[in-house]
Amino acid sequence: MLALDRVSKIYPNGVEALARFSAEIRQGEIIAIIGGSGCGKSTLLRAIAGLDRASSGTVTLDDEAITSPHAKIGIIFQEPRLLPWLSVADNIGFGLADLPAAERREKVARALERVGLADKAQAWPRELSGGQAQRVAIARSLVPQPEVLLLDEPFSALDAFTRRDLQDHLLDLWADTRPTLILVTHDVDEAVVLADRVLVMRPRPGRLFDQIEINLGRPRDRNAPLFENFKRSVLTSLDRSLDRNVPDRDATQGPGQAMWW
Amino acid sequence: MTSDAPVLQQTLEPAESTAAPSRAAHYARPLLGILLPLTLALGWELVVWSGWSNGRLVPPPSRVFATIADLARSGELIRHVAATLWRVGLGFAFGVVAGTVLGAISGYWSLARRLLDPTVQALRAIPSLAWVPLFILWLGIFETSKIALIAVGVFFPVYLGVMGAILSVDRKIVEVGRTFRLSGFAMIRRILLPAVLPAYVVSLRVGLGLGWMFVVAAELIGASEGLGYLLLDGQQLGKPAQILAAIVIFAILGKLTDWLIEIAAAPFLRWQDAFSRARGA
Ligand SMILES: Nc1ncnc2c1ncn2[C@@H]1O[C@H](COP(=O)(O)OP(=O)(O)OP(=O)(O)O)[C@@H](O)[C@H]1O
Ligand SMILES: [Mg+2]
Repeated sequence: MLALDRVSKIYPNGVEALARFSAEIRQGEIIAIIGGSGCGKSTLLRAIAGLDRASSGTVTLDDEAITSPHAKIGIIFQEPRLLPWLSVADNIGFGLADLPAAERREKVARALERVGLADKAQAWPRELSGGQAQRVAIARSLVPQPEVLLLDEPFSALDAFTRRDLQDHLLDLWADTRPTLILVTHDVDEAVVLADRVLVMRPRPGRLFDQIEINLGRPRDRNAPLFENFKRSVLTSLDRSLDRNVPDRDATQGPGQAMWW
Repeated sequence: MTSDAPVLQQTLEPAESTAAPSRAAHYARPLLGILLPLTLALGWELVVWSGWSNGRLVPPPSRVFATIADLARSGELIRHVAATLWRVGLGFAFGVVAGTVLGAISGYWSLARRLLDPTVQALRAIPSLAWVPLFILWLGIFETSKIALIAVGVFFPVYLGVMGAILSVDRKIVEVGRTFRLSGFAMIRRILLPAVLPAYVVSLRVGLGLGWMFVVAAELIGASEGLGYLLLDGQQLGKPAQILAAIVIFAILGKLTDWLIEIAAAPFLRWQDAFSRARGA
């Protein structure tokens, strides 16, 4: 289980990017984080990834405090961030340097097969389309079999059609080993297609505003009426999160917070 | 692409018709560049041959090549070329090592950069030839001062290139290394080195160019052998053919050594967009 306990982040310039964010995320759960621009979504993800330290509060994975990048936690960014000097295959095998070459080659081959890029194994990253490159990035972070995979707007640079394709692809890959997925997105459709639970954040300071369980079976039909219902409730919550006159709900009251005053 | 090809080639087998134009283009491009100097040289040769000019101050190509052949036959050429190559090689080596080490330190540690860089930049502002009198006083008139001068010329572009390359390594890619928990050394080997290599190769080539420039200066100042000595000797004895011969050999050696760096780096830079385009793909 991944536990976030009153995670706060104040940047050196004084911006309070994240305030007392608490959540508990089950192993294998798919979480979508949604919220207005600048409400601390990337900050939160970077804290979970161990790329930045939280100013206060803790991130724990299976009772282990996360303070620096961890083998069980992978992250995918908005850009594929492939290493341009490595072939597609070597990019995917980047995190497997400790394995014997034969085993590594086999895992990479399987991953390439899995993301449908077997014919691109020896291509350079610059020869890939945006969608293909992002698939390589997904394969690269999944191949070491992380327990938690963080995705920061992974598909936002892609066209709608490719995005749908990759969403389905991601679910497909997720089903193999069922890691916890935490996905930041601006796309309500994407959140409802993928997530078991949508966390809505609100800005200044960035904090949790609302949680919506998406009780839909899989695979999900984007055109089903129920799907529309969930989309609407996420949208409503999102609208309310941006309205300054709406007070915070209980969701932000992390355990222990109320005892302070 | 095929529309550029002559009609004849378009009717060939598909496999060949795609290969032929690109191969033709591959050879045609450098040929195009040779056209102008070649025409001028042949033109001048003709002017002298037909007696319109005696070619004493500007000897025709045939006389320049005859001079080179003479020098080669007497063994002089080898001696001078070896002396110059030795100086450039040694000065280049020292300059590259110093530039790489200091550039890497300045690029990697911001404290070292704040400490070191202002001084290096101030020294860089001094025209390198201004060091010559001092080097001669300190190191004597012989090899050491020449090699020091060349090393100084090579040092600055390499230093700047390495430091700039390290400073401009994409933070986002470094972050990828961090998420895979690369330690200091693995980070340098697997992320930093490949990322700075293209800029490093460029700085080596610029440094080498300056090395050739400064070897001429060093040898003009006082030497008993070397291509620069041939230049000076040609001037003092009024032998323009010898001067031009030395210039031609400088050009050939400069191009050749530059090409060696390019060839040596090519296997590591195949991934580069710019590189494969420059290769005429
Ligand atoms: N390195 C930083 N230094 C200072 N302030 C920062 C830094 N990174 C982010 N911030 C600030 O922290 C707040 C939250 O930023 P963050 O990037 O987490 O937002 P976000 O929710 O990911 O936004 P977006 O949806 O636009 O990506 C913003 O106000 C931003 O200006
Ligand atoms: Mg963000």
